Amino acid sequence: MAAEKKVEATGLLGWVDQRFPLMSTWKAHLSEYYAPKNMNFWYFFGSLAMLVLVLQIVTGIFLVMHYKPDASKAFESVEYIMRDVPWGWLVRYMHSTGASAFFIVVYLHMFRGLLYGSYRKPRELIWIFGCLIFLCLMAEAFFGYLLPWGQMSYWGAQVIVNLFSAIPFIGPDLSVWIRGDYVVGDATLNRFFAFHVIAVPLVLLGLVVAHLLALHEVGSNNPDGVEIKDRKDAQGRPLDGIPFHPYYTVHDIMGVGVFLIVFSAVMFFAPELGGYFLEYNNFIPADPLRTPLHIAPVWYFTPYYSILRATTEEFLKWQLLPFLLIYLAIVWMSSAKQLSKVIALLAVGAMAVGFFVLDAKFWGVVAMGASVLIFFALPWIDNSPVKSIRYRPGWHRWVLGLFVVVFVVLGYFGVQAPSPFGERMSQICTLLYFAFFLLMPWWSAMGEFKRVPDRVTFAPH
Amino acid sequence: MADQSSTLPNPASPPMESSRRTALVVTSVVGAAGAAAVVVPFVSTFQPSERAKAAGAPVEADIGGMLPGELRRVEWRGNPVWIVRRTPEMLASLKKTDDKVLDPKSTKYYQFPLPPYAANEDRSIKPEYLVVVGICPHLGCSPSDKFQPGAQPSLPDDWAGGFLCPCHGSTFDMAGRVFKNKPANANLDVPPHAYLSDTRLLIGEDKKA
Repeated sequence: MAAEKKVEATGLLGWVDQRFPLMSTWKAHLSEYYAPKNMNFWYFFGSLAMLVLVLQIVTGIFLVMHYKPDASKAFESVEYIMRDVPWGWLVRYMHSTGASAFFIVVYLHMFRGLLYGSYRKPRELIWIFGCLIFLCLMAEAFFGYLLPWGQMSYWGAQVIVNLFSAIPFIGPDLSVWIRGDYVVGDATLNRFFAFHVIAVPLVLLGLVVAHLLALHEVGSNNPDGVEIKDRKDAQGRPLDGIPFHPYYTVHDIMGVGVFLIVFSAVMFFAPELGGYFLEYNNFIPADPLRTPLHIAPVWYFTPYYSILRATTEEFLKWQLLPFLLIYLAIVWMSSAKQLSKVIALLAVGAMAVGFFVLDAKFWGVVAMGASVLIFFALPWIDNSPVKSIRYRPGWHRWVLGLFVVVFVVLGYFGVQAPSPFGERMSQICTLLYFAFFLLMPWWSAMGEFKRVPDRVTFAPH
Repeated sequence: MADQSSTLPNPASPPMESSRRTALVVTSVVGAAGAAAVVVPFVSTFQPSERAKAAGAPVEADIGGMLPGELRRVEWRGNPVWIVRRTPEMLASLKKTDDKVLDPKSTKYYQFPLPPYAANEDRSIKPEYLVVVGICPHLGCSPSDKFQPGAQPSLPDDWAGGFLCPCHGSTFDMAGRVFKNKPANANLDVPPHAYLSDTRLLIGEDKKA
């Protein structure tokens, strides 16, 4: 037998510690994980996202106890939960409000990353895991939305699954394969249920663990973008760091309190939030023969949906193509590597040909996918010499602000019924959305940067 | 690793015998092939079941007593099929839309090729009755009927009557032909169909009457 492990703890804890890394894990991730002492308001949203995740899992388990994943019973069973199951309405409203809350919290969490350059070296992997979590979350939301089997559930799934049919050659067969039928039906409902309650949550949990492990490996960023690990005391603890527990665990209780007040207000007084959290048409059972007069995805998908709708043949040929050619010229005149220039040339060339050969529908799907996946590239396209917006040129705030406005405008028109004005606005915003990312290698390095302090700026209260 | 251990003999891990190495490679390859093969049944479970495939039988529709301008919906293969009794004004509007639609002769299709008996301007066997699958070739929504001519929300001012897809704004004329520069890129499909009598229509099969 191996030599007995030396542990500090005695008694039961000591017995466990000799057989399991309990105290060392506690220390590494909580009591001796040093987080910067100057974290501000924006740093609440990571722990709030964890809270909402737990909330969704717990309420989900209880909903599954009463829900029936069967096309002829699903709608009824949700109404049964709402009317007959004691407190069932509360559990269901918690789950439906939680879905929207999840996206609000995660969007703010991502915005924090943009503000303070939290994705910059050495935190690229944290960002990548985070983006994967965001993709899982979108899948969760999409699969889950079919389950109540209302009109919006049905037609939303119909539209999104048909997106795949736009892929050349394999598309139509692929969408039949996804649905398991020629139309969205019982087979589709059952498999979406399996994905929503088992498959995606498992992946999601694994990714959250990876996200946190990666974070604790390199340490948290902060509003100054200063690496606290660069300055340590004699014991090797960061001078500007404080143990996560108890300082941030207690600190986060306040964030949780404020969040739950807002959350409860919505859940109890406006669970539908004017049709934004629960759409009115979803209170009508699914009818495969009749699309509701106005269909739109739930608010958190609408920016991407607007990009999909904006991509018409005219847009491709007269707006996107000139945009890409100008972009190519910028890349060509820049000091980028020869290889990057050739890749850009080939990519734009292939797209230019594709715009005339393949359907606008296919390019709409590509644009929508690209608008989500482009977030992955952030660590490599941001060339700013400083991380935090605090030490970037003042006008960088306006660029970031414009991006937020564009995102909101796209979201707004994604909710509205199609109109020529909305289409034009969405097209302009689509170009601005992509310009923000595609031109970032240049604009992020331009302007006069301020000197970053050696230590974090912090005023004790 | 193998190269290093052969150039730098290490007493703890002697160079691998070639027969062992072969066994190692063979085992890994067979294992990987087995894992790949077992994916096939799981992926296959996603395909439409035999029951779903069998549900595609033709359906009969009663069109007796339809009023001019009336639209009737019939379910066939889980999709809505529309039967519209067109008025003379509706049929006349097709002349005006000829040059505004993307594909006036219906050369492109979504799921079903245009049946030869519908390869005419009004896309029908009897001009009075339009029979189309009410599924937008863009992303599968079911368009709404907007038979009232004139300016309306989401529609052009010179609207002559037709269909509007609520999802992405594609518009179709009274023969289900898509207007230019819209998200949808093909006309509404005409399903195979045949008249069993003056008032009975068979949808899904076009056996010669």
